[in-house]
Amino acid sequence: MPARDDILRALRAAEVPPLPRPDLSAVAGIRYDDLRERFAKSVVEAGGRCAVVLQGSVASALLQIPEYAAATKIASLVPGIGNLDLTAVKDPHELAEVDFCVLPAELGVAENGACWITDHGRANRAVCFLAQHLAIVVQASSLVHNLHEAYARLELPARGFSMWLSGPSKTADIEQSLVIGAHGARSCTVLVTS
Amino acid sequence: MIDHAARAKTFVEDEVRLHWHDKAVWFVRQKRDLARAVLPEWEELRTLASQIKAHTLSRLADYLEEFEKKALAAGAQVHWARDADEHNLIVHGLLQARGVTRLVKSKSMLTEDCGLNPYLEARGIEVVDTDLGERIVQFRHEPPSHIVMPAIHLRKEEIGVLFHERLGTPVGLADPRALTEAARQHLRAKFLGAQAGLTGVNFAIASTGGVVVCTNEGNADLGTALPPLHIACMGVEKLVPGPRELGVFLRLLARSATGQAITTYTSHYHGPRPGAELHIVIVDHGRSGILARKEFRRALQCIRCGACLNTCPVYRHSGGHSYGVAVAGPIGSVLAPHLDAKKNAGLPFASTLCGSCTDVCPVRIDLHHQLLLWRGELAARGLVPLGKRFVSRVGRWVLLRTWAYRLFGKLARIFAPLLPRSGWTRQRELPPMPRESFRAQWRNRAGPR
Ligand code: SF4
Repeated sequence: MPARDDILRALRAAEVPPLPRPDLSAVAGIRYDDLRERFAKSVVEAGGRCAVVLQGSVASALLQIPEYAAATKIASLVPGIGNLDLTAVKDPHELAEVDFCVLPAELGVAENGACWITDHGRANRAVCFLAQHLAIVVQASSLVHNLHEAYARLELPARGFSMWLSGPSKTADIEQSLVIGAHGARSCTVLVTS
Repeated sequence: MIDHAARAKTFVEDEVRLHWHDKAVWFVRQKRDLARAVLPEWEELRTLASQIKAHTLSRLADYLEEFEKKALAAGAQVHWARDADEHNLIVHGLLQARGVTRLVKSKSMLTEDCGLNPYLEARGIEVVDTDLGERIVQFRHEPPSHIVMPAIHLRKEEIGVLFHERLGTPVGLADPRALTEAARQHLRAKFLGAQAGLTGVNFAIASTGGVVVCTNEGNADLGTALPPLHIACMGVEKLVPGPRELGVFLRLLARSATGQAITTYTSHYHGPRPGAELHIVIVDHGRSGILARKEFRRALQCIRCGACLNTCPVYRHSGGHSYGVAVAGPIGSVLAPHLDAKKNAGLPFASTLCGSCTDVCPVRIDLHHQLLLWRGELAARGLVPLGKRFVSRVGRWVLLRTWAYRLFGKLARIFAPLLPRSGWTRQRELPPMPRESFRAQWRNRAGPR
């Protein structure tokens, strides 16, 4: 018998009595009085920075980020920003030298500072991880309280890559001391636009 | 048989290191407590998580079929492995067929359990563990000592010496930042040069066919975003019914593991990226056997957060290597005897049965109860060493007879301090023995009743 059928048969033979699927529609989870404030705090707790762009453009807000101002190679999935044409990239290895990457997020979660990023089936998601520094742009109206709310709202792509991204890449594998900049971004700034 | 106490001997003898390890691990437990304290619904979440897993396990075969269907529709390819050998064979086959000789890997306790690395290395494939802690222990040719923090047993000075030898960092460099930077540079080159990336799976979503991988370093993402082949290896128990259930577990996992609200990267893979391949290997390796055992099946709910290790007084005072299995600590001691009861018969005894593991487990596995059940079963199967069996027999005989209990109490108060110490008590001081039994003290106590 092929392994697949053998395993499924063995699992069915275990005869676990059926148990109901818990109803999650009633689960609300924690809620905050000031969503934006809590989100910003969570971003900082995750090792990132958070700025609210009240007036002016994202482009000018980006210039306030020292790493952005110093960057030479800038990739962006937010239209109108950056100096790299990602659609022209044939092989993700070409993105190894990217200094800065700007990503749009569909949602931001107040309880943990995570932003929902999708690649919409593009081949070059590597840029999110190869870039030395990151900025994420999220609309204030796209902030939710917690992950229950987030997944109730989200439409998972049938195909493609998506992720929760919270803060810069980090590790505490050496004596539990937190070090920012493990393999991915060394800094992560979240811009909340209104 | 793995003799936990004997294996812990060297670890326990270095008192300074022992106390440092205890504190380092306990610190993580405290961070978990802080993260839990800010969520009023924490206990409710644990209950939900436990119910969701119990439900999923109750129709696991159906969910696996659904998952497979959706994963195929998303463009992934799905393989099934009954045991470690089949798993290793499948992974090697995939690599060999594509001429891969350089593989980057992110953390996966399953492949650790299957002995994948030595298997591939013996067949000429360079395997690079890319999680910093895992890379450190790989350099040292030793297994991880913790499922979340693989190098928690090492001091930064030791890592400095290691990196000097392996990566050419300056002599005496022991600053975690500088060492991490050296590893970053070293591993960047490995990521860019890899021909395939292998990851574990934290959760697999039945309704969408997606696999979810959680890391803080971003190593799984770099490892899968560059090369044209991504292999994801998962145990059958990783399934969750749908995305909303996933949300419950993501809220619990990082908080329980390190006290973070969520890991930095929580990546959802639905099929391969354009022009690349995604292969998902679904592995049984003893799990269906555990599922068939009513009293033990809840152990399959585990999400490998490591909280039970961090809280365990025995783990903290003996180190992960003393367990001699890939997954140490309470959950490891509960799972290991299923795979090899004879070899791992000592592990359920590496516990004080204090129950702290059960108290912190985010999916409410009755860990200390299962440890106790194992002890009974192992004894019944004649797998407990003679000495231990003899002591238990005597204990049982004494505890069933009031007069014997009193007599032994009296004898213990006189002779216990004179007895030689062994096993865990080797490094321990006994508290001074009271002159009178508790009964006598109670009878003679002053004041009104
Ligand atoms: S048994 Fe529970 S506490 Fe231990 S690793 Fe698994 S989920 Fe975490």
